[in-house]
Amino acid sequence: MSVLEVKNIKKSFGKTEVLKGISFSLEKGEVLSIIGSSGSGKTTLLRCLNFLEFADGGTISVDGETIFDASSVKKLSDSQIRDNRLRFGLVFQSFNLFPQYNVLKNITLAPSLLKRGTSEQIEQEALALIERVGLLEKKENYPCQLSGGQQQRVAIARALALKPDILCFDEPTSALDPELTGEVLKVIRDLKSGDSTMIVVTHEMEFARSVSDKVIFMADGVIEEMGTPEQIFGNPKSPKTKSFLNQIV
Amino acid sequence: MSFQQVSLSLAAGFLENCRLFFETLLFSIPLGLLISFCTMSKFKPLSFVFKIIVWCIRGTPLMLQLFVVFYVPGLVFGIPMRNRMLAALIAFVINYACYFSEIFRGGIESISKGQYEAGQVLGLTKRQIFTKIILLQVTKRIVPPMSNEIITLVKDTSLARVIAVGEILLAAERFAGKGVIWPLFFTGVYFLAFCGLLTLLFGYIEKKLSYFN
Ligand SMILES: Nc1ncnc2c1ncn2[C@@H]1O[C@H](COP(=O)(O)OP(=O)(O)OP(=O)(O)O)[C@@H](O)[C@H]1O
Ligand SMILES: [Mg+2]
Repeated sequence: MSVLEVKNIKKSFGKTEVLKGISFSLEKGEVLSIIGSSGSGKTTLLRCLNFLEFADGGTISVDGETIFDASSVKKLSDSQIRDNRLRFGLVFQSFNLFPQYNVLKNITLAPSLLKRGTSEQIEQEALALIERVGLLEKKENYPCQLSGGQQQRVAIARALALKPDILCFDEPTSALDPELTGEVLKVIRDLKSGDSTMIVVTHEMEFARSVSDKVIFMADGVIEEMGTPEQIFGNPKSPKTKSFLNQIV
Repeated sequence: MSFQQVSLSLAAGFLENCRLFFETLLFSIPLGLLISFCTMSKFKPLSFVFKIIVWCIRGTPLMLQLFVVFYVPGLVFGIPMRNRMLAALIAFVINYACYFSEIFRGGIESISKGQYEAGQVLGLTKRQIFTKIILLQVTKRIVPPMSNEIITLVKDTSLARVIAVGEILLAAERFAGKGVIWPLFFTGVYFLAFCGLLTLLFGYIEKKLSYFN
């Protein structure tokens, strides 16, 4: 059974229809890359998955359980929404670390507030995550003392600390200097070998090609083409995909 | 009239200024926070009403507000205000709450949407996001404007003299009435000392919060 089943997600802002019916599914441990030109609705889709926006139509199911149904969303209480959104994690383009807390506290804050264990357990797990993203010697540092790449790695560890079923990335390297993108992409690659299920919105085509099991090309709020990286990058069918890929390379 | 006598009598007056100062802070900071939430409310009529109130208070002199609070209850409702200090306190609290509310609003609105969203996707409640993530960042940003406003408050307390609260300037004027003029100028020393202490305190707080940005 698919870990994620997204059916017919629609979203409008005022009169502009940004998502016009998005459907896809994802198996456990798979990595899905979403590519597409600016304004095609990639961020909006991730925000709908993470309940930062409420889709106007469609359903989202995780592990066979419908966690979002646009027709009954009004009936969800705040705490149900919080529980459901924890199925997903989100790593932002602009990191959004909490500036007043050091690396360790950034990661332990939410698990402690959500009472995910004793403070020793939470700290141990956080340290393991910090090690995994290669920042153990920076654990006491504050975000303003870290490079962009390091901040983004902390943000990834922070999202992982809540053990989401599906981790989403919104252009995780777009705000970084080119020489810093590699370290972040390496962390994501490592997560794939650790069997995390991930959705990555990215403009890094080489990365998308090598890391993904599935690629979605979005254009104007619809999935223009979906397939394996070989299909999308090697043998695109849609003219829109072709011209997009030609522009990028 | 000895220097000691004058200093003591001025100090007694300044104690009233201090009392007004601390009590004003005590009430106007929470009230200001409440007003800032009201002006930021998504419920339009509420935010409109409070924006109008803030505009009226900030757009008229504090001295006028003192007169209004002191005289209007007696003139209009037939219940004269007997407690001058209370009248001064009410006027000061309302006035400063409005100024503070604008500082709080500016501080809260200056925090990026991303900070709230990061808290949301981590499953935190609105309250947790405000108290654990937003509040300290806002505090850091409002320290400089708040310290300005609070130092202004120290000096503004002498305005209470216009409704005959026995504060330091009133005390000094009594000496002036007897032909001794220097105590009037000497009051400045008290204000300078107090503001100096506050400046040090705010400098310290600012430094304490300088570890992040
Ligand atoms: N809150 C909003 N209010 C109004 N319009 C919005 C809002 N958020 C997004 N949009 C619009 O929706 C469209 C899709 O935006 P979205 O951010 O999802 O695109 P994107 O594919 O992520 O683009 P990019 O590659 O530039 O990040 C854009 O036209 C944008 O202007
Ligand atoms: Mg985007």
